Amino acid sequence: MRTIRAAAASAVTLSLVLTAAACGGGSSADGSGSGGGKTLTYWASNQGASLEVDKKVLQPELDRFEKETGIKVKLEVIPWSDLLNRILTAATSGQGPDVLNIGNTWSASLQSTGALLPWDAKNFEAIGGKDRFVDSALGSTGATGQDPAAVPLYSMAYALYYNKKMFKDAGIAKPPATWDELIADGKKLSKDGRSAIGVEGGSLANNIHQVFVMGKQHGADFFTPDGKADFTSDGAVAAVKQYVDLMAAHKIVAPGNAEYAQNQSLADFAKDRTAMVLWQTPGTTFQAQGMNPDAWGVAPAPVPSGAPGQGRQINSMVAGINLAVFKNTGNKDGALKFVKFMTGDQEQKTLNSAYGSIPPVKAAQQDPAFDTPTVTVLKQTLATSAAALPQVPEESQFETVVGTAVKELFADAAAGRPVTTESVRAKLDKAQQQMPKK
Amino acid sequence: MPRDHRPRSPMAAPRSFLWSRRIFLTLLTGFVLLPVYVMVSSSLKPLADVSGKFQWIPSGLTLRPYVDIWRTVPLADYFVNSLVVAGTATACSLVVAVFAAYAVSRHAFRGKRVFTVTVLSTQMFPGILFLLPLFLLYVNIGNATGIALFGSRGGLILTYLTFSLPFSIWMLIGYFDAVPRDLDEAAEVDGCGPLGALFRVVVPAAIPGIVAVGVYAFMTAWGEVLFASVMTTDTTRTLAVGLQGYATQNDVYWNQVMAASLVVSVPVVAGFLLLQRYLVTGLTAGAVK
Amino acid sequence: MTTTAIEKPHGRTGQRHTPGAAPRRRRPGRLRARGLPYLLLLPALLLELLVHLLPMLIGIVMSFKELTQFFIRDWTAAPWTGLGNYAVSVDFDAPVGEALLKSFLTTCLFTVCSVGLCWLLGASAAVFMQETFRGRGFLRALFLVPYALPVYAAVITWAFMFQRDNGLVNHVLHDQLGIGDSPAFWLIGDNAFVTLLVVSVWKGWPFAFLVLMAGLQNVPREIYEAAALDGAGMWKQIRHITLPSLQPVNQVLVLMLFLWTFNDFNTPFVLFGKAAPEAADLISLHIYQSSFQTWNFGTGSAMSVLLLLFLLVVTGAYLLLTTRGRRTGDAS
Repeated sequence: MRTIRAAAASAVTLSLVLTAAACGGGSSADGSGSGGGKTLTYWASNQGASLEVDKKVLQPELDRFEKETGIKVKLEVIPWSDLLNRILTAATSGQGPDVLNIGNTWSASLQSTGALLPWDAKNFEAIGGKDRFVDSALGSTGATGQDPAAVPLYSMAYALYYNKKMFKDAGIAKPPATWDELIADGKKLSKDGRSAIGVEGGSLANNIHQVFVMGKQHGADFFTPDGKADFTSDGAVAAVKQYVDLMAAHKIVAPGNAEYAQNQSLADFAKDRTAMVLWQTPGTTFQAQGMNPDAWGVAPAPVPSGAPGQGRQINSMVAGINLAVFKNTGNKDGALKFVKFMTGDQEQKTLNSAYGSIPPVKAAQQDPAFDTPTVTVLKQTLATSAAALPQVPEESQFETVVGTAVKELFADAAAGRPVTTESVRAKLDKAQQQMPKK
Repeated sequence: MPRDHRPRSPMAAPRSFLWSRRIFLTLLTGFVLLPVYVMVSSSLKPLADVSGKFQWIPSGLTLRPYVDIWRTVPLADYFVNSLVVAGTATACSLVVAVFAAYAVSRHAFRGKRVFTVTVLSTQMFPGILFLLPLFLLYVNIGNATGIALFGSRGGLILTYLTFSLPFSIWMLIGYFDAVPRDLDEAAEVDGCGPLGALFRVVVPAAIPGIVAVGVYAFMTAWGEVLFASVMTTDTTRTLAVGLQGYATQNDVYWNQVMAASLVVSVPVVAGFLLLQRYLVTGLTAGAVK
Repeated sequence: MTTTAIEKPHGRTGQRHTPGAAPRRRRPGRLRARGLPYLLLLPALLLELLVHLLPMLIGIVMSFKELTQFFIRDWTAAPWTGLGNYAVSVDFDAPVGEALLKSFLTTCLFTVCSVGLCWLLGASAAVFMQETFRGRGFLRALFLVPYALPVYAAVITWAFMFQRDNGLVNHVLHDQLGIGDSPAFWLIGDNAFVTLLVVSVWKGWPFAFLVLMAGLQNVPREIYEAAALDGAGMWKQIRHITLPSLQPVNQVLVLMLFLWTFNDFNTPFVLFGKAAPEAADLISLHIYQSSFQTWNFGTGSAMSVLLLLFLLVVTGAYLLLTTRGRRTGDAS
């Protein structure tokens, strides 16, 4: 292989000289490689209303960090559509940022590439210790039994958002606490061209989040304890069917939702076209769409029966963003300092308030800013009844193949085709066969 | 183009022909214009309008989207990137293709057939086959030589210029073949040298063909999504990828998407239409050979 | 065209003796003359080598490796699997192979439909617009707009129009014309094929139009005059003179359209996102999903190599057949 590379390199140098001569340059090289001791490159995920909003939120904090430490941070906000691919290419090439945000569900997948710095005791010590973080958030930072691949940065949880006026008009006194209540209320709410609940049927990630929680409620995991894909267990099939049946059997989801993949369900909710939506921190979007904050209420997501809790009473995934350090960084000390800064009490308060999320840092969570009714529901959920998505290397493939299966089932339901236990099992079986063999 | 004013047939066209033409062209115009109308009208609507049911006539007009597009994403930067990348790639591609096509058209040499067949066959390579390898190659070259190809405009230029090469070379061969050989032979006898003959005789005679090829190369680079999404960073992102920034985690700003699409389309379409008469003449001689 | 081409260079060569252009000192040596074509080809050759051929070779090497996320940091260290990736890809009884085959067949059908429609629209428009009439120049410019629009901008607009609840298409078909009981889905389910076809034809036909129009300009006017004298009507002239004269342009045009359509990634990607509905799961997107989305680059590479082999065979056969057909046609 070395010869191929050498030959490639020489051929290329030659052609480069030639093109450079022919074209007179014209390129401004700008690799995002890790710079010297005094700069860091930071890839942020898109948390705010737009990339520019994120820059406005983060830049003052980065400036503060520079003032404190003298380390300049070069910020790049990456849209979600690109983020995983960019991280993947960075891992492949070894050329990436020094510090980066990752979706916390990807932790184990990215951990397996070996591109991220493992958070051993020493590294945790450098940022103030592991016990500063909430346990549930730490549960989604990498495979069990290994050093975490990242540390929690923002936490979120799913909750039920409901339209107060539509509930009142339909004579419903309180938001549903169980699925049976949700379906019963849903039947009352679905009328006059409105529907009870919105789903994002075309969004792979959202489908996964929902069926994962329903799977928990049926006592099913999508992976066996030793990490093998197990998509066709009775519980998993029942969970997927239960989710799709909101549209297929109970008809409390408008068929059009089957093609939603760009958060149209939030727009529907903000425009009083649907009465409920299960989501993580959609408040800013509702407001951007012109909805008054008083118009909606927040309640814990439904459970099969009783109250949310552990085991079959799980009602949310542990959603959130983790902060990771790229192993190839040329400035590990600086990177650790930056992580320490970002997970410090002060920054946690500022950033999580700006994004409507919850600090995964215990001390910051105590701040009165996080005592509003909405945040209390989310905090409660995270603390007592949320579960982390499977922390296995194949998690991101799982999102793709099972998310696609659910998307196809919604398409079937929307087209009026029957969705049966058999058809669900067949789709999930196909998904499982597409997983890498172990 | 004098050709345009020449009637094709001395016979008057029958009514059936005229009517079919009228109907066909009207329908076709509707088909072509429909998305353009949607783009223009939606770009002038408030966000609430575009996330609701489609309306032919906007309920209210606003220029807000045209102001907001520059704030939601750094559109101006993307624009400059696209312009530099596509422009440089086109210019380089033309130079390289002219040389290669001239060699094939005017010289007999060993390996000529192998060369043309190889170059042309790369036209059929599915981009997906060499996306990752090319990326790795760029990274390795960067590590070995310090020349930043990955993530830089230079790397993207190199990629795009090669993408348009096969078709460009092949078109130009056809076009150069159409320029009578006696001309450059005469020029060479006059002491021009082979390159002199190329630049003084063949290239000037082939201008329409070269413009056609240039437009093709530019369009190829301007609209490419797949490689741009992997090979660019924040500072080098091109429009084709950058426009996706209007669909954020929680919302799609459809009116801004349309406004931005329009803004980035207008210069290209205008340039294209200005050059279109070259396209027809260029293709006439090039493609027909 | 040829007349202007001849006159222009003469003008230029005439200027050659002006002081600025010094005459060459020496006749080029034999060796140089022989080396010149290679020198001229060198830039193109190197670029092809760097961007197309070398990566293709690497891709082929990858297709024999088990290149998953565990090895992407150093792909050369990934274990060899021999023909394992190929075996998975062509095992049409198992889901992976079955999906690939299905995607391949979908792509074939789609390509045939799209190329056919593009050609039909392009040829009709070119024939109808061969003769001058008022507004012809304007229409010609207008018809080129879809080709000139950046792919992303055009396709995202179509996606906007094809939304089920809020799109223009259903607004017209369902609300205004009253077709169907409930609005149809265009971006998911089986209709996605139609959607993809419409967008692809909209974007592709102007190129056919452009090339065919150029082709028609080469038909000597005298042939039409002679036919008219023989009493052939307009339709007859089109059938017997215009269409046959497009033969040589067609060979190349159809091949180009075929390759572009078959390999098209941008259109389905922008239209449907990362997971296209089965009915519109074009092969490029399918391979992208099989490698980038599931992080299995070995299998993805194997699929790409198979695709390349298919394209090589088809193109080769096509060129052989059409060229032979043309030669015998010329001889008769």
